[in-house]
Amino acid sequence: MDAISRVSGRAIAFGAKNVDTDIIIPAKWLKTITREGLGEGAFETIRADPDNIFDAPENAGAPILIAGDNFGCGSSREHAAWAMLDLGIKAVLAPSYSDIFSGNAVKNGILPIVLPQSAIDRLMEVAKAGEPIDIDLDTQTVTTPFQDRFTFDIDPFRKHCLLGGLDEVALTLDSQEIIGQFESRRASAQGWLTAGTHV
Amino acid sequence: MANTAPRTLYAKIWDDHVVETRGDGTAIVYIDRHLVHEVTSPQAFEGLRSAGRSVRRPELTLAVPDHNLPTTARTDANGARIPIADPQSAAQLAALERNAPEFGIRYIDATAAEQGIVHVVGPEQGFSLPGTTIVCGDSHTACHGGLGALAFGIGTSEVEHVLATQTLLLQRSKAMEVRVTDALGPGVTAKDLILHIIGEIGAAGGTGYVIEYRGQVFEEMSVEERLTVCNMSIEAGARAGLIAPDETVFRYLKNRPMAPKGTDWDAAVRYWKTLHSDDGAVFDKSVEIDASTIAPTVTWGTSPEDVVPISGAVPAPEDFADPSKQAAAAKSLDYMGLTPGTAMTDVAIENVFIGSCTNSRIEDLRSAAKVLKGRVKADNVRWAIVVPGSGLVKMQAEEEGLDQIFTAAGFEWREPGCSACLGMNPDKVPAGERCASTSNRNFVGRQGPGARTHLVSPAMAAAAAVTGRLADVRTLDQ
Ligand code: SF4
Repeated sequence: MDAISRVSGRAIAFGAKNVDTDIIIPAKWLKTITREGLGEGAFETIRADPDNIFDAPENAGAPILIAGDNFGCGSSREHAAWAMLDLGIKAVLAPSYSDIFSGNAVKNGILPIVLPQSAIDRLMEVAKAGEPIDIDLDTQTVTTPFQDRFTFDIDPFRKHCLLGGLDEVALTLDSQEIIGQFESRRASAQGWLTAGTHV
Repeated sequence: MANTAPRTLYAKIWDDHVVETRGDGTAIVYIDRHLVHEVTSPQAFEGLRSAGRSVRRPELTLAVPDHNLPTTARTDANGARIPIADPQSAAQLAALERNAPEFGIRYIDATAAEQGIVHVVGPEQGFSLPGTTIVCGDSHTACHGGLGALAFGIGTSEVEHVLATQTLLLQRSKAMEVRVTDALGPGVTAKDLILHIIGEIGAAGGTGYVIEYRGQVFEEMSVEERLTVCNMSIEAGARAGLIAPDETVFRYLKNRPMAPKGTDWDAAVRYWKTLHSDDGAVFDKSVEIDASTIAPTVTWGTSPEDVVPISGAVPAPEDFADPSKQAAAAKSLDYMGLTPGTAMTDVAIENVFIGSCTNSRIEDLRSAAKVLKGRVKADNVRWAIVVPGSGLVKMQAEEEGLDQIFTAAGFEWREPGCSACLGMNPDKVPAGERCASTSNRNFVGRQGPGARTHLVSPAMAAAAAVTGRLADVRTLDQ
């Protein structure tokens, strides 16, 4: 995963609520065994309309997506994050996300930024006016050329992983010893936990 | 002694699985059971391979294909395997078949009697147990909460994380109580109850929470009904949903192939009996619902929160206070091809799907068969299929003669799998057509591009099949 500290540029003023991961990437695209190349299927049903916002010439290469409440709800498919990344999206601005999607986003170096609806409404205007938006993860701020300045919260561990481009598996493997201790403690106290798995 | 303050069921299971808590509140949480299927795992195994990592506890993972297996015959007259026509589906299947043995993971073959939808297989095999943490790269993993487990869906990177470390890095969720008072009326099922609950909480209402379903209604439910309820917790946005385990659960699990036996069983039950929310335990949010007011419930739109009693009508966008919901409703109605004010019982359907991890267990099939017995599907119903949740469910149903009832009613009797729950395998609802479906998602395109889904219970799906429209099963029974 690439380290990420700042995302600046054009934002896609999408704004829709309850966008589920079936919308982000329909099921037929899940038959892949790699993480690459899913951008083509990203938001496919919406992009079937030739006038869709994603393929509008002014949004070419836009790294930011603005969405409504509960973005990424539904299926746990990480393909949604892979597809968005492949489409060039590096940050999402929305009032809320599904738990699973925001986790998947972070693990792939996409910033899922939470801002109140009022801030989202304002940023939608900025995006529609064709002006860029700047997201600084380090200072946890979103700014615009109109002097708007919004701050956002982010889980410190997630921030740490995003800023460092860290691989969580490698981090956890550093704790192998305590995981082993936990396992042996439970093996003696609660042997039933694994009793049936050895058949 | 630590932890003397009253705790919720969720807190108890959480506390018992925290390996280490970091300064920022992130915890390394131990995972007891991991289910793997063909769609969300190939990239995880590939990640392990490219990093030269192995699986920490292979015996705690169980792999079974379900999502893109065709539900037509899997072997020919000579018992030879029929290849999967779609090359991409075949490649995913082949990848799981190769990855499981390579990493030492138990694999249930597509042609085995034990094969089925992961969330049907886990409880059925006794692999899923109360008080355990269970994960799967599939959001309906919440299903296993019906046994009193903390079960939730994860993404592929997390699948890789669990394989490599048998843990996940998690933030503790908030606890929500959904307390249901009174009892469900006749003809009103667990599916109607959970659809109603989602309508009350909203599709995002449970975000950040783990829901505990409480009240006598749940205590009186069979395990299969509890699995149906917990299965759809994710449709209310919740990470997981669970019900305190009790004698009903213990009876269900006893002697299942992978459940503990003998003294291990006794020790397990002793522990499981401690798993309930203590009196005075504090929930971050409580919702109360009166079961007696619930009618058989159907969806009208493209979010599982878009529910209405079968006696109701298609709503108009103006019926909603929130302007963004109004816009969403207008779009949904357009997609669904529905006119506000239309009685739900006037909505004609062309397809019926009975199946999915929500409603494909033996009790679901019995309940649909009871309605279908001696009846046939209406002429306008073009396609009706029943897809048992596992090979074992299928065998049981055949032993009871349910397959005969279904086929006599004009249904196709299929091999187990996810089928028309999601448009990934050959079972799809054609664009513009309507389906009464016992699955869990009515999203745009979920059952195939342009398909229009109405979520219902198995009995209501059967009622829709025989009337050719959405129908109140209670009027049929009489
Ligand atoms: S039946 Fe549907 S919801 Fe359940 S695991 Fe399969 S695809 Fe997912």
